[in-house]
Amino acid sequence: MTEFEAGKNGRKTTGRRAGVERRDFLKIVTMAAASLGLPAAEAASIAKGVAKGLKPSVIWLHFQECTGCTESLLRVSHPGVAELILDLVSLDYHETLFAAAGYQAEDALHSAMSQNPGKYICVVEGSIPVNENGIYCKVAGRTALDIMKEVGSNAGAIIAIGSCASWGGVQSSGPNPTGAKGVPEILKMQGISKPVVTLPGCPANAYNFLGVALQYVTLGKLPSLDALGRPMFAYGRLVHSVCPRRAHFNEGRFAQKFGDEGHRSGYCLYKLGCKGPVTHANCSVQHFDDVVGAWPIGIGHPCVGCTEKSQAFTVPMFTTADIPNPQPSWLFPPVNPNRAPMSPMSTGVGGLVGGALLGAGLMVSKKITSAAKEEKKEEGEHGA
Amino acid sequence: MEPNRRTLFKMIGAAGAAVAARSASAHETPAPPPDAAGLLYDATRCIGCKACMVACKEVNNLASDPVSRGGLYDDPVTLSAYAKTVVKAYWKEGANAYVKSQCMHCIDPACVNACMMGALQKRAHGAVTWDGSRCIGCRYCAVVCPFDVPKFEWASAFPKVVKCEMCAPLVAKGELPACARVCPRQATVYGKYTDLLKDAHNRLKTEPDRYFPKVYGEHDGGGTQVLYLSKADVSFQDLGLPALGDDPVPQTQQQVQEGIYRGFIAPISLYAGMSVVLWRRRTQKKEENA
Amino acid sequence: MSAHAAPIGGELWTRPYKFLAALASLGFLLMAWRYLQGLGATTNLNDGHPWGIWIAFDVVTGTALGCGGYAVAILVYLLNKGKYHPLVRSGILTSALGYSLAGLAIAIDVGRYWNIYRVQFFFWQWNLNSALLEVALCVTVYVGVLWIEMCPVVLERWRDGANPSLKRFASRTLSVLDKFMIYIVALAVLLPTMHQSTLGTIMILAGHKVHPLWQTPFLPLLFLLSVCGMGYAVVVFESTLSSWLLGRKFETTMLSALARIMAYITFAFLLLRIADLAFRGVLGLVFTSGYLSFFFLLEMALFLAPSIMAFQARVAANAGHLFQIAMMLLLGGALYRFDTYLVAFNPGPGRAYFPAVPELFITIGLVAVEIMAYIYFIRRFAILPAEAPAKAGKRG
Repeated sequence: MTEFEAGKNGRKTTGRRAGVERRDFLKIVTMAAASLGLPAAEAASIAKGVAKGLKPSVIWLHFQECTGCTESLLRVSHPGVAELILDLVSLDYHETLFAAAGYQAEDALHSAMSQNPGKYICVVEGSIPVNENGIYCKVAGRTALDIMKEVGSNAGAIIAIGSCASWGGVQSSGPNPTGAKGVPEILKMQGISKPVVTLPGCPANAYNFLGVALQYVTLGKLPSLDALGRPMFAYGRLVHSVCPRRAHFNEGRFAQKFGDEGHRSGYCLYKLGCKGPVTHANCSVQHFDDVVGAWPIGIGHPCVGCTEKSQAFTVPMFTTADIPNPQPSWLFPPVNPNRAPMSPMSTGVGGLVGGALLGAGLMVSKKITSAAKEEKKEEGEHGA
Repeated sequence: MEPNRRTLFKMIGAAGAAVAARSASAHETPAPPPDAAGLLYDATRCIGCKACMVACKEVNNLASDPVSRGGLYDDPVTLSAYAKTVVKAYWKEGANAYVKSQCMHCIDPACVNACMMGALQKRAHGAVTWDGSRCIGCRYCAVVCPFDVPKFEWASAFPKVVKCEMCAPLVAKGELPACARVCPRQATVYGKYTDLLKDAHNRLKTEPDRYFPKVYGEHDGGGTQVLYLSKADVSFQDLGLPALGDDPVPQTQQQVQEGIYRGFIAPISLYAGMSVVLWRRRTQKKEENA
Repeated sequence: MSAHAAPIGGELWTRPYKFLAALASLGFLLMAWRYLQGLGATTNLNDGHPWGIWIAFDVVTGTALGCGGYAVAILVYLLNKGKYHPLVRSGILTSALGYSLAGLAIAIDVGRYWNIYRVQFFFWQWNLNSALLEVALCVTVYVGVLWIEMCPVVLERWRDGANPSLKRFASRTLSVLDKFMIYIVALAVLLPTMHQSTLGTIMILAGHKVHPLWQTPFLPLLFLLSVCGMGYAVVVFESTLSSWLLGRKFETTMLSALARIMAYITFAFLLLRIADLAFRGVLGLVFTSGYLSFFFLLEMALFLAPSIMAFQARVAANAGHLFQIAMMLLLGGALYRFDTYLVAFNPGPGRAYFPAVPELFITIGLVAVEIMAYIYFIRRFAILPAEAPAKAGKRG
């Protein structure tokens, strides 16, 4: 275990490490690249960037939150949080992880800001209340609103980790007495336009955070985001689209009650209120903090839609999800069935029979006509 | 003109007049039975999970579909002897929808009107059920149903007519029809017909932007006990439900039949007239021969 | 009556007769298969098209073709045109055979045939609103009526034969029948009027599934008119054909008169048909309905052409030409029925039907049986009018 000491200077090249060799360092960096889904060659560029001493400064703000997102981050392993904050980034302000407190901590914040203007990453955990001028969350005597404005206006990029920071979280659910809002809304209100990444989730999956942070650290840019600022690699699909229980949903096998036969057989949890069909997240493929199977549906609880503002803490947990625009698979039968093919054999036989009859009829009629003519002639001859 | 031609035209004229004299009041638009029960299907709530299809098959002991999908797996693509209800999809940019098809349990059904021996009848709660002991398998019901519902076991040497019967045996025991019981979204709801109709209109009033502004089955074809609600941009014809007028389906045919056969006057008088003519002629001939 | 008709005798098992027997046997084998394996195995009937050629042709068209007896009975008995009397027996024979075969076709077509006896006997279960019930009952009674009308043919043979007990039985029965025959004949005119029109009414219930060019509340009258026309056409067709095959004199004068009657009736039919289309406002569909337009216009041509030609002197003078126009009208009438029941019946997109091979051969087998029975009767019983010995050199 390495020790960390926060210095007066926000920007540190290395902390005091106990014997981390280059080989280990590269190992760490490769892991980091892997978790980003980058090819091994990129690991080298991460290593180069870090070796050059270009560790970006990270200022982590806490507002109305439970600290669950930080706690989740503490339990990652590839890379571990230690490697992250010691080798890959310079964590210049973090109220939970700081050994320091009080004025010392606040000084660290201000010096970090002044030393890296326009370049530091501001990570926000927790929502920001606006009612009564934001008095419902104050740190060091200042409202969260003010802190956000000050830190945010000079940041290089802002990452809102967790549902609280992304759209307001649990405290924003009705009646929202404190007027809690997410970071993007606050920044808009304050007229600050900076690149914002939101990582909703309650808590957010720490690996999504790592992916974003490390991509920024190494490649200098943020991943592609959707309209709500969520990275597409994590929030581009619905839980329903990649759910391991999807086959049960498709074939109508549902758990009707907790503990019943279907529940124990691992059937689809839609009837128990699973919000998977309306929730964008990658929980089904990135289980929680390296514990295989550690995600709600995996342990038999319906997804509560914790990433979605319209679902979490708003739609009751066990109410079934409303799907406004379903996407039926191509396997669904269309409203009108497809035409059955006609057998060429029967068409042929039918045609032959019909044709033969018509032909016979024509032939016979001709013969009768001539026979009748003859008959007339004979009659005429015999004077009948 | 020769006498025979004149008589012939007179006969034709009489027949034509009889057909034209369609009685307007002979076939009244029937009302649903007082304890009528129905289904309300809300296409905006359906998620296409097919739990209803699975439950329906289980409850009705239907065989696996050997025809659709090349018999590879049991996935009926339309109503058949292997599926009394099918969920189909309608694709349209931004307005995809599912539609559940099954028997509409019409208030004045064409099939009940058509069935010679009364095998199909509206029985308990107005559900249209099939009695195999009366059915001769003529398939006239399948020919006339405007929704194309009654299906036939073509593959069997002892075929049955197969269609949704609103789980009549289950309902008799006080249970719900299978589809309504398992639907996770309450997209299919079973209940008293009058309540369902009220509920449907209520939904239209409460969320007008969500729905197509009509309850299908309220008047269509004389009214059906299975009601449909559709999404705002999706018409009922898109969902495969035919555009029927408000007249009960059997009305035209009934008016024609009544017009011709009312009180059996026409056939009896025709027979009586002909008998008289023939008898007179025979008597004349006998007198001539005598 | 019997003085004018005589069996034509001759070898029954000729080559053509044996060929027909082969077709009939094949038909029966296939029928057995139908009962063993079900309708799906032997037909192309499917959920979209539950009725196929067994209904459209064997029953609907078959009975229409069997209305020769009906048409002649109206002429001879109702309108008292005794000169057509020689045509009565062959007309009744055709009708009796045609309707019996139609009944057999129904027995093959219905899926739950073991319940079929209920239709005639379980009157308390009858659904009196059903048009099909009316047809079923009417046809049942009519088949009985036709064979009662055929009874004299058999009875006369017994009466004029050798066996004394049969002679007595026949004489007594004939005199009894003679008293009641007029009431049977009246039935024989009433019943087809009822059920042939109801065969049209049946398809009214299918509503929008039948194309507007065919779907009309006047279907019963249109069916009735066309069947009357077909009845006379059948008589012309059959009389000419048998005359030719048996080397007998053509009854050209009689038949040309029948052809004119057929033409008047068909004109009435066409007038009603077009007026109905105009009144319902669907005349525009005549040319804009794709392949259905083709079928409609073909029908019209097959009705119109023979009706006009019937008045042409050269047609009226030659039995062969009369045969041709009769054939045209029969085709037109058959096509009209095929169209109403099959071609213009559209259950919705994505459905198709074309008869399967076994289905076709069962129909062919049934027709073969009918022809065989007809030949048997005219050879062994007094059906056709007696005449001078056949001319030498005619096809027999």
